[in-house]
Amino acid sequence: MSEASFFVESPEVGTSRTKALLRTLRHRRSAVIGMTILVAVILTAVLAPWIAPYDIHTQVGAPFEPPSWSHPLGLDDGGIDMVSLLMWGMRISLVVGFAATFVSMVIGGSIGLVSGYFGGKTDTILMRITDYFLVIPDVPLMIVVAAIWGPSLFHIIIVIGILLWTSTARVIRAQVLSVRERVYVRRARALGAGHLRIVLRHVLPQVAPLLIANTVLTIAVAVFDETALAFLGLSDPSRISLGKLIENAFERAAISAGAWWAIVPPGVLVAVIILACVLVGGALEDALNPRLRVAHLSARTFRLRPLVGRGKAAL
Amino acid sequence: MRGTDYVLKRVAFAIVTVFVAVTINFVLFRLAPGSAVSNLSRVPHATQELRHALEVQFGLDKSKWQQYLIYLKQLAHGNLGVSYANDQPVSTNLRIDLINTLPMVTLGTVFSIIFGIFTGVIAAWRRGTKAEGATVTTALAFYSMPTQWLGLMLIILFAGILPTGGMTNEFLLNPPFWTHVKDLASHIFLPALTLGLVLYGEYTLIVRSAMLETLGEDYVLTARAKGLKPRTIVRTHALRNAMLPITTLIALSLGYIVAGAILVEIVFSWPGIGRAVYQAVLQRDYPMLQGAFLVLTISVVFFNLVADLLYFKLDPRITE
Repeated sequence: MSEASFFVESPEVGTSRTKALLRTLRHRRSAVIGMTILVAVILTAVLAPWIAPYDIHTQVGAPFEPPSWSHPLGLDDGGIDMVSLLMWGMRISLVVGFAATFVSMVIGGSIGLVSGYFGGKTDTILMRITDYFLVIPDVPLMIVVAAIWGPSLFHIIIVIGILLWTSTARVIRAQVLSVRERVYVRRARALGAGHLRIVLRHVLPQVAPLLIANTVLTIAVAVFDETALAFLGLSDPSRISLGKLIENAFERAAISAGAWWAIVPPGVLVAVIILACVLVGGALEDALNPRLRVAHLSARTFRLRPLVGRGKAAL
Repeated sequence: MRGTDYVLKRVAFAIVTVFVAVTINFVLFRLAPGSAVSNLSRVPHATQELRHALEVQFGLDKSKWQQYLIYLKQLAHGNLGVSYANDQPVSTNLRIDLINTLPMVTLGTVFSIIFGIFTGVIAAWRRGTKAEGATVTTALAFYSMPTQWLGLMLIILFAGILPTGGMTNEFLLNPPFWTHVKDLASHIFLPALTLGLVLYGEYTLIVRSAMLETLGEDYVLTARAKGLKPRTIVRTHALRNAMLPITTLIALSLGYIVAGAILVEIVFSWPGIGRAVYQAVLQRDYPMLQGAFLVLTISVVFFNLVADLLYFKLDPRITE
């Protein structure tokens, strides 16, 4: 083991790496934009019951009433205010997105950790299972499971959650494999630390940034999958999500009624949420990928990017 | 022979995956609440005799294990059961659907792969310029849009100009060949474009990041130092190597294509396998849903295998 890599592996550098990560994020425009959007969306969703201008169960005008001052985005097919519907829709979409992601992170994270940490037969078996699930197309499987279980919010969350963990498990495993062999982990083991302690105290903190990046990206997929399932009529009919709004507009012929206000905004919102997640998650992943940072060539400069603010260790 | 070993391993993996899918398929459907018969005999006050007759007809009176063996055996003979909805063999229904789906999906996918590689390479090569900003923004925008919504937007945009539903004009009876081709082409345009655009976004991003990785490699620097033309460097040094991760990622995105195809077919009433899934869900037509899921899974597994073999062709080192 060379001196340089030994230096990189010490825990102090690990903590400063988290700081460096935050710094990189703050200096990346796309990440800042993504974070701002996400915060705004989450705030709106959380505050929906208080800031939504109208009740979403009472009719306030004619079906498909065009936008006006009192209803900036018009009314839907039931004469319900679109702005209020969108706020509540974001709430349900985000609940599904976050909850499903949480389920998938717990499954994928633990499989990745166990697989990478213990290695050997455990690793082989777990990764085989992951491989099979990675290949089986998840949306059709989600459709099948959701169709059998019947439409409900809880089912949607579970269905999406239990099918999205594969890429997380792979990514985390790869990272754990390298962390496992680091000096401080081996020292901890030599000092007699138990598996649980080593995994929780030494391995998990090292893979946490990657897990967070993966989480943010998974939220995007979960929100997308929710709209797909809702579009097939597999989501809870009484809970309005953004996907449900798109489905309603499609089913109830908003297009032939010329009611663009019933169909354009929910899709735009979904796109914006997914975009924000991809920007933040992508920036995090980029910042974590040393290959993209250290040696980078482009047409304009075509030379190694100067290693600004980095110590000897990075060279 | 290492090569043969690799090929055999991949083929074995594909077969086992299909088997896993088949089993998941069976288990899932037998876990369904209530028997299929209770859904089928929606006739009010269906008699006990009618229920029993239906159960015997669909083989639901046997034990689960027996049903599984029968299922496997029938599957091996290409028998996917009988649709609850139209009483036709599922395999016949699906064959027609699959033939309808293939041209539309192929068109969209080929379009997206070609353009995705093209703009992805430009974005990586012109890193830090306006060209990169524009390409990445466009790609991200298409990537973020829900497929079904993008389809609906295209319908709004092209309403009146292009047909927005179905595969052919039903009022053209026995049209002359060229009229028929023109009719088909006008119908296939919007669904294929929707699928193509969504995938285009994803592929541009994939190609860009793969290219960024290879452009940072030492051999690219060496090539540059040798004074090679930028075009040569991109094509023979960077892209050639970037094709490895690109192939894998495109193969992994096959599931995404399938999902996209389902949504696109619903929006444009394209009489393919995706719409068959939709209708099976609406009608609780379990054999059709089961069959469609199986066909979709097998095609994804098959194309994954193709990608694996292609990967081997691109980089013979992987057997080591």
